Amino acid sequence: MTPDPLAHGLSQEEYQRILEMLGREPTITELGIFSVMWSEHCSYKSSRVHLRTLPTTGTRVLQGPGENAGAVDIGDGFAAVFKIESHNHPSFIEPYQGAATGVGGIIRDIFTMGARPIALLNSLRFGPLEDPLVRRTFAGVVAGIAGYGNSIGIPTVGGEIGFDESYTGNPLVNVFCLGIARADEIIKGTASGAGNPVYYVGAKTGRDGIHGATMASAEFDDTSAEKRPAVQVGDPFMEKLLLEACLEVMKTDALVGIQDMGAAGLTCSTCEMGSRGGAGVEIDVSLVPQRETGMTPYEIMLSESQERMLLVVKRGREAEVERIFDKWDLHAVCIGHVTTDGRMRVKNHGDVVADIPNTALTDEAPVYRRPMAEPAYIAEAQRLDLASLGAPAAPGQVFQRLLASPSIASKRWVYRQYDHMVRTNTLVCPGMGAGVVRVKETTRALALSVDCNARFVYLDPHLGAQLAVAEAARNVACAGGQPIGATNCLNFGNPERPEIMWQFGEAVKGMGAACRALAIPITGGNVSLYNETDGRAVLPTPTIGIVGLIEDAATVAGRAFRTRGDAIVLLGENHDELGGSEYLTVMHGLVRGKPPALDLAREGALQTLLVRGIANGLIRSAHDCAEGGFAVTLAESCFDTGLGAEVDVAAVETAAPAFGDIATLFGESASRVIVSVGAARTAELVALANAHGITATAIGLVGGDRIRISIGGRSVIDTPLAEAERIWSTAIDAHFESRRAIA
Amino acid sequence: MKFAVVVFPGSNCDHDAYHAAKHVLGQDAEFVWHKETSLGGADAVILPGGFAHGDYLRTGAIARFSPIMAAVKRFAEEGGPVLGICNGFQVLLEAGMLPGAMLRNRSVKFQCEHVHISVEQTDTPFTVGCRRGQILRIPIAHGEGNYYAEPDVVDRLEKNRQVVFRYTTASGEATDEANPNGSVRNIAGLCNDARNVVGLMPHPERACELAVGSKDGLVLFESVTKFVMGSGVIFRGQSREDHPLAETVLQK
Amino acid sequence: MRARVFVTLKPSVFDPQGTTVAEALHTLGYAAVKDVRQGKYFELDIDATSADEARKLASEAADKLLANPVIESYRIEVATS
Repeated sequence: MTPDPLAHGLSQEEYQRILEMLGREPTITELGIFSVMWSEHCSYKSSRVHLRTLPTTGTRVLQGPGENAGAVDIGDGFAAVFKIESHNHPSFIEPYQGAATGVGGIIRDIFTMGARPIALLNSLRFGPLEDPLVRRTFAGVVAGIAGYGNSIGIPTVGGEIGFDESYTGNPLVNVFCLGIARADEIIKGTASGAGNPVYYVGAKTGRDGIHGATMASAEFDDTSAEKRPAVQVGDPFMEKLLLEACLEVMKTDALVGIQDMGAAGLTCSTCEMGSRGGAGVEIDVSLVPQRETGMTPYEIMLSESQERMLLVVKRGREAEVERIFDKWDLHAVCIGHVTTDGRMRVKNHGDVVADIPNTALTDEAPVYRRPMAEPAYIAEAQRLDLASLGAPAAPGQVFQRLLASPSIASKRWVYRQYDHMVRTNTLVCPGMGAGVVRVKETTRALALSVDCNARFVYLDPHLGAQLAVAEAARNVACAGGQPIGATNCLNFGNPERPEIMWQFGEAVKGMGAACRALAIPITGGNVSLYNETDGRAVLPTPTIGIVGLIEDAATVAGRAFRTRGDAIVLLGENHDELGGSEYLTVMHGLVRGKPPALDLAREGALQTLLVRGIANGLIRSAHDCAEGGFAVTLAESCFDTGLGAEVDVAAVETAAPAFGDIATLFGESASRVIVSVGAARTAELVALANAHGITATAIGLVGGDRIRISIGGRSVIDTPLAEAERIWSTAIDAHFESRRAIA
Repeated sequence: MKFAVVVFPGSNCDHDAYHAAKHVLGQDAEFVWHKETSLGGADAVILPGGFAHGDYLRTGAIARFSPIMAAVKRFAEEGGPVLGICNGFQVLLEAGMLPGAMLRNRSVKFQCEHVHISVEQTDTPFTVGCRRGQILRIPIAHGEGNYYAEPDVVDRLEKNRQVVFRYTTASGEATDEANPNGSVRNIAGLCNDARNVVGLMPHPERACELAVGSKDGLVLFESVTKFVMGSGVIFRGQSREDHPLAETVLQK
Repeated sequence: MRARVFVTLKPSVFDPQGTTVAEALHTLGYAAVKDVRQGKYFELDIDATSADEARKLASEAADKLLANPVIESYRIEVATS
């Protein structure tokens, strides 16, 4: 068979490089191996030069990028191990299995590090729910996440869901997992020690998912449907056994290294483990357990069958390891050994079918500094002329429309399907702000949030990415968590287009700047490019997941008001900032204007204030002002409590006077939080805020059965709480009632 | 006293049950792997939630053939208290230790949320510490908790007072709205003829500490502790008739 | 020898999955579909010398494991090819 580099997604130049590196023509198996390892998905060839600029170090960082997941010190000898990853392309082709295997993959990344996974979150993007195909994708993705996470018994404690036309043919499914390990027992994905046996354990290898990694590196077009066989099918039961067995094996010291077979399967795990350990790995594919007959070495090396792990075991300790896997009805098979020559050598019944230096597949993979150019749309889209929109609708009407917007409305329809309580650590449930889990081994808890307002990033990638970091960090601070680490999932279009690459470069710069300013190291993540359908890219969506440390699990805050008569205080300031707002999208169908300004120093001070105020019991609830602005945030602080609110705020000066009320109520200025405090301690909170350089304004009281908002003494919103809550809590259900999703 | 928490491959609430018994209640607890044949001298057995054997075929269908189930059956026949929670309840049904079967929720979806259940019977080892009619706020988390039995079987369950828990409103009415999954007559949990084997779909082990939302479930664990230790006599291995609490607790 | 085992819910048992599928078909315009009952289908590859023997074995398997007699009934077909 004559290898065809182009059919493998390799360019002519890349093929030339392979010829030089090997000094000969590659075999078909080698060509397959190069094609997946040099794919965008595995090599990060377009993104690497940018990612290098991100801050990745800090006093708490135990493991930065480069391993299966990052890790930060949470005290008392424990580490939080976490990462976010995308499974966008598979989820479009087969929503249930695509999302399910995304969950399975990220869980493996965490327990591979020696950590017991204790929490999942997800960040999802879909097209408008009015579209039946979108509803089917949405329902399938949610069911897939539930099906896998619930079965394996790891709670899904939070997340975010956004909707925009651009995601219709290319949904985003980003899954975050966090686990707990002993800080001094973190396991690495490394192979070393010549002669040490290499074990394969888990599900048998089939032809599923072959070229999944290259699929994730190509745009969708009309023929994508034909790629259906490339989708993997998940088996959470197998993964549960693997999880328990691997954690048990890790308790012995018989293990040298371990890595899961995710994208690019056996290929990736073999060469990466060898590369990290500065060693070689030799395997014989005829020893690999196979589910189908007649599989070629090429197929075995490229299969992306799920729930498989590769282990390097200390020589002489084989029986001990095999015994543990046997207990869990898993069959660990020795398929090769570690060598000293730094090469990945693949045999088939003893005949060499691939022999490649590991570094050619990893460190020396192509790196591109792709051209970047500011897209033409930016200057135009940033111009916002409110006056041209005519007279705005009445605030009360806008309020109701926004509460019913799927991006804002209650996601209970979704999270009710997720087991969010298993493991009995969940202190703050989904829908109540950042997800909070206690760490049973300590007295601490962790607040977790994943965020990205992609409209802001679209309008100004640099500022938008900063705002995403600020929002995620603010969310964990609102629970009382000090942000200590981050992981990112960068979802963009085709990097070969200079405009997309510019979005990417600017966003990474912005993300880096914000993380540096807020002292939050990024310990790893994932890049998903080519998120396009028929040449149209998704909104640039650099999702960030942040972990916040709560010193005392007994002092956790949620979004909801707690006590009638408490004072409501607005931290931060309202400005004339409707650019990129949910208001403009919902009421005018526009994604326009400049995103809200962000002062990173003030943002940091606000978060410090929140963490201190919650730790000392002063702040009883805290909720970040995001989509829908001040009015929606106030309403959400009332929902699920039965407590109404009555507030009065100052009017915002606006360029377009007719939009004064709208900007005050629904503008999305950054660095604002609505908190509640015992009325007697209001002055104390205001003083503490001022000491931090934060404006704090007592605006009203918790209580009553209505949501009442006045601007400068003039009533602008006065709605029964029950009615507002009904609109908010039933908006998403309404899309599925009486026309059940066809799963 | 000592709890045995049976671990099937795929159990995932085993740690939660263990945590409730050992750390919240402060009693001894031990995991027992499903391939074991002995319960190791435990005084009470918990079959925890999860998805034993992947819930492939039917929930609980394969777990009933696990070696440990012979020991659990023996223990139950001798009058030992056995609690099946969620998937554990499904295992008890499949094993024929409790009557009936589970169907998919009528929503055809997995549901995780707090519900209210009323304690209908207080003469089981797991409810001796309850008031009759006591309302507990406890989470459910299942996709197949829609309890079904033939009408004559349900009638017999009612007549024998074997319906131990029923889904109700917060004020204790067993309405259709309060029924999260479509279970016949709002049945959330039941006991066997001898009343020592109890199964329920809601998760009491998830409701043992206020920090996680509710401690209403702790009373089940306290009850069985009281049952086992009530007279100062450890139950272990005695036949039902010989048990000191037989008169008061196990009377029909 | 191949035995096919069809497991279905007993007629008296409510089938929420079947009902959902029926509703989905209705929204797709298949009003003629009056009802849907969902079931399970097993193919057993059996080492047996006669169709009767295979049927007997499949029936035992169904009684013991494949079907739950509380809610399900089953039907067996044996293919001799």
